[in-house]
Formats: sequence, C-alpha cells, structure tokens
Amino acid sequence: MKRLFLTISLVAVLLTSCAPVDLNAPIPAFDTGIDPSSWAQIPAGEFYFGQHEDVESTEAYEIMITDVTTAQYAGFLNAALAEGYVKVDEEQIVGFYPGDEFHGVKHEEKIEAGDWLFIPLDDPSQRIRFDGSKFTVQDGYSNHPMTSVTWFGAWGYCEYYDHRLPTEMEWEKAGRGTDERPFPWGDEITREHANFYSSRDPFEDMSSFGSRTSPVGFYNGQKYSDYQTLDSASPYGLYDMAGNVWQWTGDVYEGMHYRFMRGGSKDTYDMDLRLWVRNNATPTYFSPGVGFRCAR
Amino acid sequence: MPALKTRFNYLFGSTKGLILVAIAMIGIVAAIWGMLSGPMAEMGVREVVIKLFGMDMVQAEREGRIIILYHSIAMAIVAIETYMVTSLLKMKEFFKMAVRVLITVGYMLTMVFGMLFAYFGHNWAFHGLYITGLSLIFFAGVLLCIALWPWNPEYYSTDKDYARTKKGLDMERLAFFATAVTTVISALFGAVPGSFFGNGFEVFLAENVIRYPEKTLMEYSIIGHLHIMLALIGIMITLIIGRWLNFKGILHKVAMPLMILGTIVLNLGVWGVATPLEPIAHTIIYVGATPSMFAALLLLIWSWDKLIREGTAHLKKPNLLQKLGALVRDPLKFGPTWQMLFMNFTTSGIGIFMAIRLDEIFRVWPAREERIELTGHWHALSAIIATIILLYYGDIMGLKGKVRQLYGWGLLIFSDIALAAVTVFEMKRLFITEAMQQPLVNGLMLAMDVGLGLLLTLLAVVMVWRLIDLFKPKGRWTEEITHELSQEVMK
Repeated sequence: MKRLFLTISLVAVLLTSCAPVDLNAPIPAFDTGIDPSSWAQIPAGEFYFGQHEDVESTEAYEIMITDVTTAQYAGFLNAALAEGYVKVDEEQIVGFYPGDEFHGVKHEEKIEAGDWLFIPLDDPSQRIRFDGSKFTVQDGYSNHPMTSVTWFGAWGYCEYYDHRLPTEMEWEKAGRGTDERPFPWGDEITREHANFYSSRDPFEDMSSFGSRTSPVGFYNGQKYSDYQTLDSASPYGLYDMAGNVWQWTGDVYEGMHYRFMRGGSKDTYDMDLRLWVRNNATPTYFSPGVGFRCAR
Repeated sequence: MPALKTRFNYLFGSTKGLILVAIAMIGIVAAIWGMLSGPMAEMGVREVVIKLFGMDMVQAEREGRIIILYHSIAMAIVAIETYMVTSLLKMKEFFKMAVRVLITVGYMLTMVFGMLFAYFGHNWAFHGLYITGLSLIFFAGVLLCIALWPWNPEYYSTDKDYARTKKGLDMERLAFFATAVTTVISALFGAVPGSFFGNGFEVFLAENVIRYPEKTLMEYSIIGHLHIMLALIGIMITLIIGRWLNFKGILHKVAMPLMILGTIVLNLGVWGVATPLEPIAHTIIYVGATPSMFAALLLLIWSWDKLIREGTAHLKKPNLLQKLGALVRDPLKFGPTWQMLFMNFTTSGIGIFMAIRLDEIFRVWPAREERIELTGHWHALSAIIATIILLYYGDIMGLKGKVRQLYGWGLLIFSDIALAAVTVFEMKRLFITEAMQQPLVNGLMLAMDVGLGLLLTLLAVVMVWRLIDLFKPKGRWTEEITHELSQEVMK
C-alpha cells in the first residue's frame, strides 16, 4: 500500500510537471495612468555607479519613463515596414545593423553588418501579431512592455526615432539618482514594490504559466481592484527600473559580443532587482522577460 | 561537574565527539540559513526567520554574506576531514593534538563570529575573530602537512598489499600529504585576494564575472580558489573513504600514483589560471582531473568487487541478482562510492559537457542561466561530499541492523532525488523554453525540497538521538570516547 501511494505520488508530480502551459490565458487589464511616451530629464553630474559605488558622471540626457510598450513597438513595426526599415523574413522581422568591430578575443563572436533578427513572429510568447500586412497587439498586452525582442530589435526601434539605447551608466543613474540606494525607491524591497519571481502580483499563476509582465508603471502607489501597489518610481520618476523585464542597454564593449541588460525581471528573485546587477546575452537573444527603453 | 567534564572531553577531545560537534554545527547552519533562499523565500518563510532571529539583511551586502556563509560551512567540513585524517593515519600525538586544537578553535571562530558578523549587524571585532579563525585553520593545515610528512621512515609501509615504493614510501600517505599541501597553498589563492578586496568591502561572486573577457589577477585567483578548494575536499574524502574501506591490492597500487599525479597537475592547472599559463590552464586541469577521477573509479571497482565477493561468499555460483543484492546490502559501505559514481551524472559530466559546448550552447543563453548551471554544479558537488561524510559517520556511530539500513538508504535516496532534480533544473533550457517551464520548475523544486527536507529531517533525528544519548551516564558516547577510526578500518 505504501509503495502504491509513493508511486502514485511520484507519477502525479511527473504529470503535473509535464502539464501544458496556456500562454494566452486571459490577463487582467489595468490602466496605470502612466504615459509611456513621456521622458524624464536627467541632469549632468556625478552619481554612484555599481555595487561598489564608484563615482562616475554623465552628461545631461533624457530617458523614457517606462519601457517601450508592445503598442509602441507595433506602431514602429507598421511604420518601419512601410518604409522598408524592417523586412519580413519568413517568421522573423529583421533589420539592418552596421556590425561591430571584431577583436578576436576568446569567446568573442563576429557581429557583421547585415540583416539581424529584430523579433521572432513564431515564438509562442510573442505578443505582437502580424496578419501579412499589419502588426497588432494581443488583447490585454498593449500597455505591457515589449518583450521577445532582440538587442537588434531594441536598437532598431530607438534608432528609427533618432533615439538610442541608454548606456549602462545612464541606465543606472536614471534608476538610482545620486545616492547609494540599491532599489529605485530606496533600501528595501517588498512584494508590492515590483514584479519579480513569485511576487504574488495579479498577473502571475505559479502553478501554471508562472510570472507574467505587468503594465508599464503598474507599481505607482495605485490600488488595482484589491491589489495595493507601492510607488516605486526612481528619483527621476522612472517606473519599472526594478523587475518586470530586463532592459537592454546600448554599450558595445571591446572584445565581447554580449550585450548587457539591467533591472531584473518577473522571472528573477529580488536580489537581481538591485540596480547594479548586470545580466548579458548574445544580441540575438530574446525572451518573454526582456524589453528595453530608449534614451536621447 | 565531573559529568560535564567527561562530556566535554568526549565532544572536544575524542575523534567521534569532534566529528559529531562539527556535523551538528553544520546541520544547524544549514537548517536556519537554508530557509533564507529559494522556495523558502517564495513562501514567505525567509521574512519569518529574519524577524525571529533579528537578522540584519542589507541588500547591498548579499555577496559578502554568502561568501562568509560558504566559508563557515566549508571550514567545518575541512575540520571533519582533518579529524578523520588524524584518526586514520599514524602521526605523532603532539601534532595530532595541535592540529585538532587549532582547527577546532579555528572553524568555531569562523562559523560563530563569521555568521554573527554577516547576518547580525557588523561588529568588527567579530569580523576580526572570523579572520582569526580562518588563520588558525590555515596553520592547522601547515601543521597537518608536517605531521603527514611521508618520507619519515617511521611511516614507511612494509605491507606489499598497498602501494609503496621499493624503499617503502607509503604512496597512500603521500597522496594524503599532496592533497594537504596543495590545499594549504590553494587557500592562499583565496586569502590574498580576500585581503586585497578590503575585508569584504568590494566582494564579488565569481559566477557574476565569468563572461567578462578581461579579469584582474585577483579575480582569476578567486575563481581558481573556489574551484580547487572544492575539488581538494572531494579528493580528500575519496582518500579517506579508501582508507576506511581498506583499499588495497593491485588497484590500490595503480590508483595511488594516479591520485598523487592528478592532484598535483590539477592544482598546477588551477593555480595557472592566475598566471601567464591562463590560456592553457583548462587543458592542464583536464589532464590533472583525468587521473584523479580514474583513481576514484578504481576505488569504486575494488570496493564493489569486495562487497560482492564478501556478500556471496556463502554461495557456490551466485547469479547476477544475488551479486546485486550483495552489493547493496550495506548502504553505508556501498553508498560513498555510489555517490562518487552519481557525481559523474550530476557534477563532473555536466561540467565537462558545459566546458566542451560552452560557446555553442551555454554562452548563447543569458548570463543568469549560466549562473544557475555554475551554482547548481557547485551546490551538487558540495552536497554529495556532505552525504559521503554522513554515510561514513553512520558507520562511525556504529549503526546496525534496520537503523543502519534506514539511515543509509534514507541518505542515498533523499539526496539523489534532490540532486537529480537539481541537475535537470540546471539543464532545463536544453529541452524547454522559458515561457513553458513553470510546471516543470514546480515539479523539480518539489523534488529538491522534499529530498533535502527529508535528508535534513533524518539528520535532525540522528542529532537529537545523539543529544539524548549525551544525557545518559552510560550512553553510546562513553564507548566512543577512546575509539580511533584507524581501529575500525574494514578488514
């Protein structure tokens, strides 16, 4: 009897582990009241950079107060496709990138001039739809951050509007301000501050599809139905600088083809939401947990 | 008072008492601090533990806390291995006593004051005591090397069943000596950069800088240090298990020179990471690791053959099933080498696969995925070493009959379920996308938690039993007080 119970339990666990995931399960829709097309002014000057708080400085710049949304990206694709800035290549959207200087360092890979993947259309977690002529956004996701976008796709979006991806320094200064805080809002993190792994927000279901993105600017102190958020804006008024999605940054470092991401995501523990934490991947990498914002 | 004194003498003066104390200390740390991360954090247990114990967890200091936690546990493991070595091998009583005093005071200072400093506010006197503890352990290591000096004719071997030179140099002792010496030298590869990085002010975790093409000498040194220390702890426990099982014969004669060669070359390779040899360091490491792993394989073959022969001695022509039954009839003797074999699936195999397909597979994934593989890999290796120690400790405690079976199989099954789940978790990106992974992750987490939870529960039961035993005037501890492990080496 004991053996039977053990066997049944093990089989049950195995079957649960293999359960299919509905990536298109309904998602709650909330208006955060945050305008994703607005920009924050970051003044020139010194700030604390990195875990060890090195003093660095930047020129003045502007940076988007939220991640680029799927609606914004769909709008870009429609305009860019019409102008020939991007192309449809089977199940991919590709665009031109002028390439990187190659130094032949160990593990470095060549990034040559040519068409590179911006976004895949056949990825099951892609929220942009293409009917052959027009790009649209899956219902419920228009104010969510654009995800499943490669570094080239992020770079191409910003370049198209004469913007650019922020450097790592710019990104961190915009999130941290001029003090030594580890999170955009201060020293400690709670589940009401940001969307991270198992943060029990209204969008996740850890027994099925896991964590999902939240609308940009969701953590602004508002109450959504019965879910109360805390205002998690950075000192310069940026939202989602910790959690929700990793954000591509623009630096191209000598001797490595990897591109760096900042901010942690819905899929990482709170420790990765600290402002100095870095992640990196090949520029063709895309994921439902990676997005971007632009600077200018 | 005499009752207290005799118990103190047992706990801090006898081999078995010292091992018991160190295992209990590790058990307490693992039980409390294991509740601060992973699923325990998800379930909100972390917050409760932090409040309950009044921990001070500053976000910016996580890396430093973790490094102190790793060292606290690792130093207690090193102490356990040292107790075993000093009890299994012949050495002068003065050295034995001095090594044990230094390492016991050392690991306790390291663990107690290190953890107090890291998790309960920053009293810098505690940090000083933590460093003092590490220094004492280092000096215990130096003394152990002197104590093990294999060219002392007193320690020459006359028994032809064991690996020895024509003059009688005991090759097994030389292997212990080589491992101890290289451990002491390798400790410096962590100590020097540790001091350089300002006693914790600028700490970093190696897994976070692994992809940067340019690393400083000190960063390379740290990376080399953490790899080799774990490998050396693994090599030392292999030698200890070999001694306990009384490894001998032709395979011993082949294995010991391989173990010595492997240990030295492996170390040269890892030290080479911090020298101009860096471009070929990995090749040297592979060259060194191969004979070491082959020597462990020879121990496995020899011990399994012995278990089968002894277990089927009463049968004229045993069949396969009977041989298999004989092999697994004593989990405490079968377990350590089984864990070494299992390690190849969970650790060594994964490590080699990662090294071979690094650019094609693993470096295509984001750095955080690679971090999961690396940290999972080290955790699995550490856990396997811990279970091997606990299996041996089961025999040291003199477990017999059903209790021996339950304890041994409990350790093996619980840990192997957890470690198999860790391995699948590490490699999940090979067969499932991020978007689809959650149910699999849930299943694997459950297997890990159940496995490790049951293992810790089993350990807790044993520790409570040993605690109760200490209250008995004629408990088991009174029998253990004078026993040395060398007296209990298998025939």
